[in-house]
Amino acid sequence: MPKIKLAEKTINIVKEICAKYDNNEGELINVLHNVQAKLGYLPAEVQELIAKELNSSVAKVYGVVTFYSFFTMTPMGEFPISICMGTACYVRGAEQVLDEFKRQLKLEIGKTTEDGKFSISCLRCVGACGLAPVVMVGEKVYGRVSPQQVRKIIAEYQDGCPSS
Amino acid sequence: MEMINLTIDKKPVVVKEGTTILEAAAEIGIKVPTLCHMKLHDMGIENKPGGCRVCVVEVEGRRNLAPSCVTKVEEGMVISTSSIRALNARRTVTELILSDHPADCLTCAKSGECELQDLAQELGIREIHYKGEQSQYREDTSPAIIRDVNKCVMCRRCEMMCNEVQTVGVLSAVNRGFDAVVAPAFEMNLDHSVCTYCGQCVAVCPTAALTEVDHTGAVIRALSDPSKTVIVQTAPAVRAALGEEFNMEAGNLVTGKMVSALRQLGFDYIFDTDFAADLTIMEEGTELLNRLSKHLNGDKDVKLPILTSCCPAWVKFFEHQFPDMKEIPSTARSPQQMFGAIAKNYFTEKINVKREDLVVVSIMPCVAKKYESARDEFAHEGNPDVDYAITTRELASLIKLANIEFKSLPEEDFDQPLGESTGAGVIFGATGGVIEAAVRTAYEVYTGKGLEKVDFEELRGMEGIREATIDFDGLDLRIGIAHGLGNARKLLEDIRSGKSNFHAIEIMSCPGGCIGGGGQPYHHGDASVIRKRMEAIYREDANKTIRKSHENPYILKLYEEFLGEPMSEKAHHLLHTAYFDRSNKIES
Repeated sequence: MPKIKLAEKTINIVKEICAKYDNNEGELINVLHNVQAKLGYLPAEVQELIAKELNSSVAKVYGVVTFYSFFTMTPMGEFPISICMGTACYVRGAEQVLDEFKRQLKLEIGKTTEDGKFSISCLRCVGACGLAPVVMVGEKVYGRVSPQQVRKIIAEYQDGCPSS
Repeated sequence: MEMINLTIDKKPVVVKEGTTILEAAAEIGIKVPTLCHMKLHDMGIENKPGGCRVCVVEVEGRRNLAPSCVTKVEEGMVISTSSIRALNARRTVTELILSDHPADCLTCAKSGECELQDLAQELGIREIHYKGEQSQYREDTSPAIIRDVNKCVMCRRCEMMCNEVQTVGVLSAVNRGFDAVVAPAFEMNLDHSVCTYCGQCVAVCPTAALTEVDHTGAVIRALSDPSKTVIVQTAPAVRAALGEEFNMEAGNLVTGKMVSALRQLGFDYIFDTDFAADLTIMEEGTELLNRLSKHLNGDKDVKLPILTSCCPAWVKFFEHQFPDMKEIPSTARSPQQMFGAIAKNYFTEKINVKREDLVVVSIMPCVAKKYESARDEFAHEGNPDVDYAITTRELASLIKLANIEFKSLPEEDFDQPLGESTGAGVIFGATGGVIEAAVRTAYEVYTGKGLEKVDFEELRGMEGIREATIDFDGLDLRIGIAHGLGNARKLLEDIRSGKSNFHAIEIMSCPGGCIGGGGQPYHHGDASVIRKRMEAIYREDANKTIRKSHENPYILKLYEEFLGEPMSEKAHHLLHTAYFDRSNKIES
C-alpha cells in the first residue's frame, strides 16, 4: 500500500479549504487557488489529497494544474517576481525586462533561486496598462520598468525585506 | 416529440428534435467522416467533444462551418456535407493532424485497423502541405498496455472510457497547447497508476496511441523450442469473435476452426478455459453456499454479498478503490489462473513433464489477463502458472503469420482432460453468465433437486446494472449484476453504505462482459457487434449436451483423482487467492 507523506498542518489547511467549498468537485479551480495562496505552490502530494477530498481523480486535478499557467508545482521564492506580458507591457519592452531578470538571477521562468529568495513568472495584464511595462514583486507593483532598473529592484530585496 | 424538417445534400429529411446533423445525415445514408466521435448505441457510451473538426459541414446562412457531431438540427436547415468549403476544411484539418503524426504506417501495430489511416484514404490525401514540429514523448510500457502518445490525436475517447464509463480516473488531458497529451497524473507511467488494465482505452483508440503488449513473438519461440511442451487454453469469448478478424460476420461461432488453427500452429494440447470456468463454479459456488448457509444460521461474521472474482481488472479496481471491502469478493482465482495451476500441478504429473518444461499459453479477449498472469502470487519459484496471455487479436495475427486459411479450416475438437466443458462454462463470456452458471449448480446442490430449465433469462441482457431474485425452493436468492466498472462502483457504494441486500453479485469490467473485452477484434464504435457475440455465446451454451458445471465428467474426475472436494486444502492452495490493499494512504 503506497503511502503519501504530508505535514499535518498542510493536511489540515487543504482539508479546511476543501470543506469551505463543500468538497464539491465543481469548485476545483477555487480550491486550487486558495490552496496555492496558502502554500505557495501545489506539490503532487497536495494534489493527491485534494483529489481525495473532492472525490475526483488526481489525473483530473493534475490536468487543471498543468492547463492554467497560474498554478505551479514548484515552490515560489520568498519574493516572487512577476513580469506582465500583456499586450501593452509587451509592446513597451516587457520582454527585455524579463530577459534582464533572467540574466541577473540566472533563472528560467517558473524556477526559483537556490537560496529560495526569488522566482520568476509571467502574468497577463494586471490592469495597470498606463504603467506599462509592469513588474510585481510579491504584492508591490513597479511601473514603467526599464532593463536598467532591474538590478536596483533586485537589490531592494537582497538583504531581506525592503524598507518601503 | 417535435419533428424537424431539413435538407441535407439536397435531400429532404425529417428527424426528431435533438438529433445531431451527423445522425440526421446517417438516416438518409450520408456518412459524414468523423474521427473523435464515437457512439456505442444502446450502451449509453458516447464521445463527442467536437474537438477534431473533421465532421464539419456547411449550413446555409451560417458564417462558420458546423461540427456535425455536436450541432443539433433546426427547422428549415439547408446543409451541404460535401461543398467545396466543407471538403477543403476537412482536408486541412486532417492534414494538420497528420503533420504531427508519425508516418510509420507500414510498420505500425494498428495498420489496417487505424481510423486516421482510413480517414486519410477516404479524403484522398496524397500530400501533407504543412510541416511543423512533431511531438516527442516517451513511450510508456506496462505489463499489459503500451502508450505511444506521439500517435495520439486527442480524440479523448480513452479519457471518456477511463473516467465516465469505468470511473477509474487514470487518464486525463494534461498540459496545454502543443504540449497537451492524455496521460496519468504527474505523467507517471501506467504501472504506477491505479490503471486496472481493463483495456477499454485500447478498444476505442482510433490510432496506435494505445495498444496491447505483444506476446506473439514469445509464443512463436516457445512453439519452436523442442524441449518445451506447449499447451493452450481459450477463453469462452474468443470463439464468438475470432471470425471477425477473418472477415466473417460478427456472431459467427468459430470454436472448431479455432481449435483446428491452434493445432496447426503447433500447440501440443488444445485445452479450454471453459473447463476451468466449470472448475471455478465448483469452488465459487461452494463458497457461496458456505457463506449463505452460515449467514442464514445467523453467523454475523459472514460477509454477504459474495462478489465474483474472475475479472482481473475488477480485482485491481477494488484493490485500489475499495480496499476496505477486499474480504467480500470470492477468493476463487479466475478461470485463467485455475487452468494454469491445474496444468502445472496436475497435468504435468499426468504427462510426466517437468513444470519448467511446460509452457501455458492463454488466448484471452482481455488485456488485463496479461497483467494477471504476471502477478507474483500466481508463480511458483519464479515460474508462472500461465506463461503468456495473448489477445484474440494476437491469435488472429499468429494464424495469418502461419499462412493458415482460417475460413476453410475443418472443425476439430479440444483435447482431454482439460478441454471438456459444459454450457455453463461457455456463458462466462457474457455479462450475467458467471452468475447464471453458478445458479445452475448452486440451485441443485442447495435444494437437492434437478432444475427443469437451466436458462435464466432474467440474468441476461445488456443493461448496465441488473437484478433478479431466484427461488431456491423457498429461499429468495437476490442477485445483482454489473458490467462496466462505473456500474460496479455504484453497487459497491451501496454495499459500503449498507443499502445493498444482494446475496451474490457478478461484476465484469468491460461493457457486455468478456465479449466486449479490450483484447477483442476492434468494434470501431459498432455496438451491434457486441450484441451478436452475446447471442453466439448463448447459442453455444444451448447446443451443449451438458450445461451444468457439476456434471462435467472431467471435473468430477479431477476432484476424485487430485483435488478431493471443493474448498479442500489442496483446492485452497491451488485455486484460491487473497487480495491486497493498493490504495494511496495520505498520512502525516
